[in-house]
Amino acid sequence: MLYGSAGLGTSLLLKACAGNESANTAQSQGNSQTQQAASSSGSGDTIKVGILHSLTGTMAISETTLVDAEKLAIKQINEAGGVLGKQIEPIVEDGASDWPTFAEKASKLIEQNNVATVFGCWTSASRKAVLPVFESKNHMLWYPVQYEGQECSKNVFYTGAAPNQQIQPAVNWMLENEGKQFYLIGSDYVFPRTANTIVKQQLQAKGGEVVGEDYIPLGSTEVTPLITKIRAALPNGGVIFNTLNGDSNAAFFKQLQGAGLGPDKYPVMSSSIAEVEVKQIGAEYLQGHYAAWNYFMTVDNPKNQQWVDAFKAEYGEDRLTNDPMESAYNMVYLWKQSAEKAGIAENLEKVRSAAYGQTLQKAPQGKVTMNPNHHASQLVRIGRVREDGLFEIVNATDSTVEPEPWNEFVPATQGYACNWSDSNKGEKYKVKGT
Amino acid sequence: MLLLQSVFNGISVSSVLLIAALGLAIIFGLMGVINLAHGEFIMLGAYATFAVQSGFKAVLGESGLSLYIIFALPVAFIVTALVGLALERSVIRFLYGRPLDTLLATWGFSLILRQFVRSVDWSLFIGIAVFCLLFFGGLAILRRRLDGQQTRKGANTILLLLSLGIAIVTRVLLGQTDATALTKPWFSARNVDVTAPNWLQGGVPIGSFQFPFARLFIIALTIVCVVATYWFLQRSRWGLRIRAVTQNRSMSACLGIPTRKVDALTFALGSGLAGIAGCAITLLGSVGPNIGQNYIVDTFMVVVVGGVGNLVGTIVAALAIGTLTYLIGSGMFALLLTPVEALNPLADFFTFFATTSMAKVMVFALIIAFLQFRPSGIFPPKGRTAES
Repeated sequence: MLYGSAGLGTSLLLKACAGNESANTAQSQGNSQTQQAASSSGSGDTIKVGILHSLTGTMAISETTLVDAEKLAIKQINEAGGVLGKQIEPIVEDGASDWPTFAEKASKLIEQNNVATVFGCWTSASRKAVLPVFESKNHMLWYPVQYEGQECSKNVFYTGAAPNQQIQPAVNWMLENEGKQFYLIGSDYVFPRTANTIVKQQLQAKGGEVVGEDYIPLGSTEVTPLITKIRAALPNGGVIFNTLNGDSNAAFFKQLQGAGLGPDKYPVMSSSIAEVEVKQIGAEYLQGHYAAWNYFMTVDNPKNQQWVDAFKAEYGEDRLTNDPMESAYNMVYLWKQSAEKAGIAENLEKVRSAAYGQTLQKAPQGKVTMNPNHHASQLVRIGRVREDGLFEIVNATDSTVEPEPWNEFVPATQGYACNWSDSNKGEKYKVKGT
Repeated sequence: MLLLQSVFNGISVSSVLLIAALGLAIIFGLMGVINLAHGEFIMLGAYATFAVQSGFKAVLGESGLSLYIIFALPVAFIVTALVGLALERSVIRFLYGRPLDTLLATWGFSLILRQFVRSVDWSLFIGIAVFCLLFFGGLAILRRRLDGQQTRKGANTILLLLSLGIAIVTRVLLGQTDATALTKPWFSARNVDVTAPNWLQGGVPIGSFQFPFARLFIIALTIVCVVATYWFLQRSRWGLRIRAVTQNRSMSACLGIPTRKVDALTFALGSGLAGIAGCAITLLGSVGPNIGQNYIVDTFMVVVVGGVGNLVGTIVAALAIGTLTYLIGSGMFALLLTPVEALNPLADFFTFFATTSMAKVMVFALIIAFLQFRPSGIFPPKGRTAES
């Protein structure tokens, strides 16, 4: 009987693993066919690119959606004839939500697979982990997620929002429309703390007031003390600026509603809540609260409709699109255009120079341009959660906002900029006249 | 007013700790099994709640949503109790008296459970069912037909490999069919949305403060669970047996108490209580494969501080830790001390710790200090029972 029971444990384990694999394959059923087609056409006719995201672990929930978006872009490009007449062959590696693994897999993609470029990462921690790899091998990473800024590597293209393309417009809008008093809350790690430094400086400059600031450990779900403090600091209502991440968000919004702090008096502006997160937390808890992004699923233009339809056709009717996914989709096209302008995908110097000024006239969000500072100019939108869990866009910039990797509200980087098209300027230079 | 609010919030933070730790107080406290899968039992309870909610939605439409929680509680209890029973029967019972081995085994089981809810679909479910049917059915038949110890061992191995093989083949074949009903994951790796029933949303407004219904419900549920557990352990026949086995296993066996049945029952009871906790926490936070991890450290903390093997200790510890966390984290200490001139430096000290992260640091520091003085917790186990 001893054998039997030990065997039961193992068999469960085995099947759990097998189940996981097949779940992954089921997810990307459509893609595997194109992948096979691409690889069977021989390595001489293909361009290999790396996709490096967490397929397992905590971050898998978010990062697998980026893999889907990137694979869809690659599939569409291949169907339209590929890049420079060659098919793109994606090589997917799993960073496993573990930062040293990210660095290891990045080396593997560059050295063993000889990829032309890598699309990948979500968390700032994973990006910081692979950065030395890409810099020492002088290679190229495309990074799709909004982040805290204060970085401008020659070897990374950042297609998500810099703080001045998300956080700052969000604060401005709340200041003008919802109130002067802000309470800042966030998870306790680098992004919320950097973001709140910027917010505090900005509010000071623009006549707002920070009445409190609090951080809770990542994943913590007990927010009662936090809500008590918010109520004490803002007895008559005010703006809550939220940089919480992960499970804490659900706990925060559920308990906020339970405590009777509604969006009419306590509107929350969140930086990490998009369509997918609203669905997971439940729209009834978030209705009336705000988020700021470059893209919302409800953006009204034909290209977005086309993209959403293509995505649903590929992965299922119930799938949602959001800002990081749109950014991941765009960056594959930006790379394609750059490689075509350079005339050769393998010469990274040429591709890099060709990338500056590359524009997607019709990205799902509108116009997107890659700048010499390796960040993208894009539109900024403010959305309010509707009853169905999607966003009603209440404000959008008329034209694209130029990215500022070095933030003007952080004293140490005030007056600095980045420009890789000019060899005298580079990563960080002092702008004249400041 | 401030006092009322502080007392209520302190109790509501404590009640979550207590209901989450109650099952562990039995499994770890009474049985001595370091159950690292406790968080995953809580998670299973939360998923059972989600399943019941989805069922009600599908059958009764939106109107079904107001009642599901009443049914979800027993379902969560039964599902997790059964899983706990299976774990105890298959693994834990070989490991009694080897706490470090239980630690590893339950940690492994927690990983399996987490991955299970991520990837379970009908084909996996059928595969496991086929395996169980073949293997345990085969065992039962073998036990009747074969006598010799040697042949039976050999036959067991063959049977295990055979049923495993058939189950895996079934699973793979089912997985390759185009029927999405078979291969669509039940829950997937994403967090799922459990909506509290209408009557648990909102709260009772008193002055500027509002008592959330969800919190009141959890407090009531905790009281019911604690009273029921206490009654069961102290007043019922099985409770008496459980206490007897905990205190002296071999003596109990000599007196004719079926110790194996008692073990299984105790473990199932502890797991079931974790399931109820899982049902309760869906009212507060999100439901995902990893939520167990958010509770496991806190629950062990409560049981250790309370004193292993003591239900009253667990209750006192949960109240103390919960209230302390709330008072430090919300800045109430600082607020109380500020009016007194002489205590201002102390008030500044507490203001520094008045963020949620720092409050946790301080509570942990206090616990470490406390355990230096009372290594066995608030109510240490008495006399000779401590050694066994």
